[in-house]
Amino acid sequence: MVIEYADLECPYCAQAHLILKELAITRVFRHFPVTSKHPRARVLAAAAEAAGRQGKFWEMHDSLLEDQGHLDDPHLWERARRFGLDLERFEADRRSAEAGERVEADFRSGIRAGVATTPTQYAAGEAFPGVPGASLLAVLR
Amino acid sequence: MIEPGSPAPEFTLSDQDGNRVSLSDFRGRTVVLVFYPADFSRVCTDQLSVYQEVLPQFEEAGAQLVGISVDGAFCHKAFQDHQGLTIPLLADFHPKGEVAKAYGVYSEKHGVAGRALVMVGPDGLVQWSYLSPPLEIPGANLIFDALEQRTPA
Repeated sequence: MVIEYADLECPYCAQAHLILKELAITRVFRHFPVTSKHPRARVLAAAAEAAGRQGKFWEMHDSLLEDQGHLDDPHLWERARRFGLDLERFEADRRSAEAGERVEADFRSGIRAGVATTPTQYAAGEAFPGVPGASLLAVLR
Repeated sequence: MIEPGSPAPEFTLSDQDGNRVSLSDFRGRTVVLVFYPADFSRVCTDQLSVYQEVLPQFEEAGAQLVGISVDGAFCHKAFQDHQGLTIPLLADFHPKGEVAKAYGVYSEKHGVAGRALVMVGPDGLVQWSYLSPPLEIPGANLIFDALEQRTPA
């Protein structure tokens, strides 16, 4: 199992995703939006949570990380349609206090754990900051 | 590097806007000096961006953060603007690294400040200091822990 702290607008997190998705392991995702660097990070995190309310968290997660050139609101609506989400509900959910709080709770848990860069992975009780390299892959395989 | 209990060496440096900032300006408050190697480098950018994200919580905990590197004021300004930072950045530029040397965190080999955190209490004494291994970013949790463990003034 790997716990990933990531920012959906972060290109290194996209790279990490492409590596980790090839492995047959359980992935636990935690939001770590760094908004000074990535202004859309919290918006995207909340959008993934909102998609999750309709059972499509991973679809939204994958799609955002795999196409970071399309992260504006209309692109989110287009994804929501593609995943068969109720669009009005998606819109309300992603702007809800609850989605924001969920993202913030993840973020704070990351701060407490000492996350200082995205992505940071945790596996076998150890922190692996940065894009997954040989040391993390050795633990996961 | 400077140890807890020692008086923090006084300094006056320019910030990103050319204002002169002295350590004594913070007397009566807790200030965390964030020494880092270089504006715009990947690791330093991540470190300051994450600290920026929790700046309100640092302020709630009663601490002011100040970044210090050997970069000049204009470079600091560009870095701040580029990364959306509001943490003041001080230029330990001329004579280069003088403040980092006074705190024992200057790397002669690389000609930059090491990645170090120094917490200075309201009385001007060092309360806590931490030197990070190269390329390792000290998490904000270390600063929060140090703030919690502070002896009340």
